[in-house]
Order: sequence, then C-alpha cells, then structure tokens
Amino acid sequence: MQNKKFLSDRWLAILFILPSIIVIAVFVYVFISWTGYVSFSNWNTLTPDLSFAGLQNYMFLFNDYRFQSGMRNTLFFTIFFIFGVLFMGFILATFIDSNIKQEWFFRNVFLFPMALSFVVTGVVWQWLLNPSTGVNLLFGMLGFENVPNWYTSTHIAFSFPLGSIEFGIPVAMLAVVIAAVWQMTGFSLAMYLAGLRGIPDEVKEAARMDGASEFQIYRKVIFPMLMPITISVVIIMGHMSLKIFDLIYAMTGSGANFVTDVPGVYMFETTFRANFFANGAAIAMIMLALVAVIMVPYLISARKGES
Amino acid sequence: MVIKSPLSKLLVYTFLIIMSLFFLMPIYVMIITSLKPIDEVSLTQMWALPSTVSFEAYAFAFERLAPNFLNTIYLVVPATILSALFGSLNGYVLSKWKFKGSDWIFTAILFGMFIPYQSILIPMIQFLQTVGLYNTIPGLILVHVVYGIPITTLIFRNFYASVPVDLIEAARIDGAGFLSIYLKIIFPLSISGFVVVCIWQFTNIWNEFLFAVTITSTGSQPIMVALQNLSGSQIVQWNVQMAGALLAALPTLLVYIFVGKYFVRGLLAGSVKG
Repeated sequence: MQNKKFLSDRWLAILFILPSIIVIAVFVYVFISWTGYVSFSNWNTLTPDLSFAGLQNYMFLFNDYRFQSGMRNTLFFTIFFIFGVLFMGFILATFIDSNIKQEWFFRNVFLFPMALSFVVTGVVWQWLLNPSTGVNLLFGMLGFENVPNWYTSTHIAFSFPLGSIEFGIPVAMLAVVIAAVWQMTGFSLAMYLAGLRGIPDEVKEAARMDGASEFQIYRKVIFPMLMPITISVVIIMGHMSLKIFDLIYAMTGSGANFVTDVPGVYMFETTFRANFFANGAAIAMIMLALVAVIMVPYLISARKGES
Repeated sequence: MVIKSPLSKLLVYTFLIIMSLFFLMPIYVMIITSLKPIDEVSLTQMWALPSTVSFEAYAFAFERLAPNFLNTIYLVVPATILSALFGSLNGYVLSKWKFKGSDWIFTAILFGMFIPYQSILIPMIQFLQTVGLYNTIPGLILVHVVYGIPITTLIFRNFYASVPVDLIEAARIDGAGFLSIYLKIIFPLSISGFVVVCIWQFTNIWNEFLFAVTITSTGSQPIMVALQNLSGSQIVQWNVQMAGALLAALPTLLVYIFVGKYFVRGLLAGSVKG
C-alpha cells in the first residue's frame, strides 16, 4: 500500500515538472534549432525566404569587415574585462577582509552597481568618458594636457593587418571595459569575500608557524584554495562578455570604423533594423557556439562534482 | 589578512577611499546634474554643484518616463511571482523526488540561462506574432517567465538540498504525499528562498533590455527602452538624461539598500555551484 502510493507520487512529481521541461525544450532547444535553420537560409529580406543557402551567410560574415572588427573587439574586451574584475575584486576583498571597522560601508559602495541596469551604466559613463567633459575635465584641472579620447578613439594599438581589418587592441574598447568593471567588480568581490571567509584561520596560522612569509601564504595557501572561485568568476564573466549587448548599445553604439562594435549589437541591428534575418541568425549561432564552448564543460564538471 | 602595522593600515585605507570615490563618482554626477536648472547645464561645469536646486529635470523626465515605468511594473510583478513558483516546484522535484535522468534534465534546463538570447530571438518573435502577443506586456511576461525558469530552479534546488531527508521520510510514513509534503513542509520553509529568488528576478527583469527593445515598440515599452531613447535623443538636455537614469534605477537601488543581503545571496547562487 505504502509502496503503491509512493509510486504514484513519483509520477505526480514528474507531472509537475513536465510543463517546465516542455517549455525549456521548445523555447531553448527547438528555438535554437530553428535559428540554426534560418542561418542556412536566404531570408535576408523582410518577407521570410527559407530556401537553402548553404554556408553563404557564414562565409559572408567571416569575410565581413564589421564582423571581424566585432570579434577582435570582443576578444580584447573579454581579456581586459575578466582581468579587471578578478584583480579589483580580489584586492578589494582582501582589504575589506582585513578587520577594518567600516567594512559594511565599503562593501556596499563596491557592490551597489551590480543592482543597476547596464543601460543606466551606459548612459552615465557615456558622459563621464566623453572626451570633452567628464573625467577629462578632472585631468585638465590636474594639469594633464594630453587627455585620452576614450571611446571616440579610432586607434588600434599594436596593430597589424589580418583578414580585412587591422588586428590589435582597440583603444576605444578600454573605455567600455572601465564601465563594465565598475559595474561587475561587485560580483567577484562577493565571491572572493565568501571564499576568504571560508578559509579557516588555523590553516594560515599553521603556515605562519612553519615560517612562511605573508607573500608565501598567499601563493601557497590562499590562491590555491580560491582557485575554484577564480574559475567560476572567469567563466561567468567570460560568457557575459561574449554576449554583451546593452552596455555597448547604450554607451557607445558600434562606433566610428566599428571600433566598439560587438556581435550582439551587430546581430540586433542587422536583423531588426535592416531585415537581414539569415545573417543575424548566423551571428547568433556563432555567439552561441562561443558561449557553449566554455559553458558546457563547466556545467558538466559542476554536475560531476556534485555526484 | 590581519593588518597590524599602522603604515600598512594607512595604505589600505587610502586605497579603499580612493576606490570608493571612483565607485561613487557616477552617482555624484547623476545627482548633481539632475538637480541643475537648464541654464546651468554646461559640458565644462560637469563637476560643479548646482547654485540652486531645481527639480525641472525630474519633472520633465518623469513626464516622459512615467508610462514606461508603469509598463515595467505590470511586467515585473507577475513575471517575478510566476517564475518563482515554477522554480520552487522544479527545485522541489529535482532535489527531493529525483528520478532516472533528472540530474541531466537539470543540467539541460540550466544551460538555458547561459545562452545568448540572440539565438532564440528570431523564432521567439515569430512565435509571439503568431499567438498575438507581440508588442504586448503579456508577451514579455511569458518570455521572462520562460527564461527565468533555469535560475529560479537552480536557486530553489540548492536551497531545498539543505532540507533534511529525515523530515520528508517522517512525513511520508505519516501518509503525506507529494503535494502535502510540499504544502506543509517545503513551502513554509521556503520563505527566505522566495525572498532571494524574487529579489533576483525583480532586479534582472527590471534591468533587462534586449527582450524589451526587440519585443515591444511604442506603447508597451518598458522603462529601460524609454531611458535609452531619452539618452539617444539629441534634443534632450543631459540633466534630464541623468534624472531619467536615476528614476529608472531607483527601484532596484532601493531593493539593494533595504534587502541587499538577499540580493548578494542570489548573486552567489548564480554561479551554479552555489
């Protein structure tokens, strides 16, 4: 009797989760497949044309100046953004964790931007890093003469020709990195603070007794113990920067010569402003592939670590 | 790290204060600019305090943004509640009623929160047009509930993992079934889980832009789209833009100020391993 009831309860449980499974199956997996299908079609007009185009849309993108610029910008944005968030988050977490009295104040000052929209961040930083006002006025007061052009710079540092673009560090992108680091440092700060609090004092004490210097304790004890957190932050921030859209759309747009363009903005504009649906779908599929490359192994390892 | 020497203490404080100034700088500019009268708004006087406090920028921004502010409230409240309820039920099943393959189903659901939404936008718009929900608030609610399922399921599943199995077993021996265990044991224990999930969803949906800008046009646009239009417009003075940005940010800022602890918990839960 007891068993029979248990069995029917098991079916009831499956029945309750079934709607979510179906919804995710359709809205995530079927929709992605449909986007993939569109990306191989000729639908580059307002009215749908789903005739087969082969790899044409992908070939177009790989040779496209704007797409190549966007990939270059995303690469350097990702590198500087991740490095900035890790560095700032770790330093601030370490200092906040050093028994200071105003911990509450500092923690909240560094965390509150996380609660803001990227659109708000973009609108404000657009003015702060505008070459003729904002931060440059402060630099002027301090007596600097050569102030940066921030996001209006078209300079590509350390560049060499590659494909149809100049490959190198797009200086304008660094302005966007500053805004993004300002907003997202709170994430790594919160993660590292939780991590540092999880390291028992005895571990550090034991290392100190063994004659390790403060620097050695960091290198041999604290860094290795924080490694899983660092990996999580890198992956979460990395997948975010591959998808970035709203911050750039609100702050700079694609910029002169596409110096601040990214695939997310390109996809939006080419699909919904110019009706190149098949091209847009191809950009979306490339973005998905890039995200999947880092997220799928992460999710599988998280899955395995649990069982 | 324990700092003993006064010199390093001084260095730590100096660094923290400089960083605080950097982090608060945008808020300072937003507040002082939004309070300036129109004739004091000049590019070269950005950092100067207003000579008199004026609310004309707020009045103008409010007039422009109020309808969109309401749209976002109509969107955020139902979307938050619905996605939290789905997440709670899913989390309950996936933590306490595991079945063969349920862990893989969980991973497949979870993947949905990391995809770039560009990869589902084209079919989503075709779908919403077919069912007549394109350019409507209910259409946006649907989208946010669907793509909210992964994160809410994740947070509740981790939350329920800490409910002791013995409690469930005992209830089962007393004859309680799937639903009565949920209603009598799990749900009453979930209050803080619901607080974390609702704050997280509220903040995310309020701040969201990509779905908002592609699925709605004039009339049903949420606040962030209206703010972006306001700042993109050449004729709008930037004290109005700053006032608009502050108005648009106010609800999530207030949530952070009053229940920031729960917001941070949601933040940490989003990193999968919780």
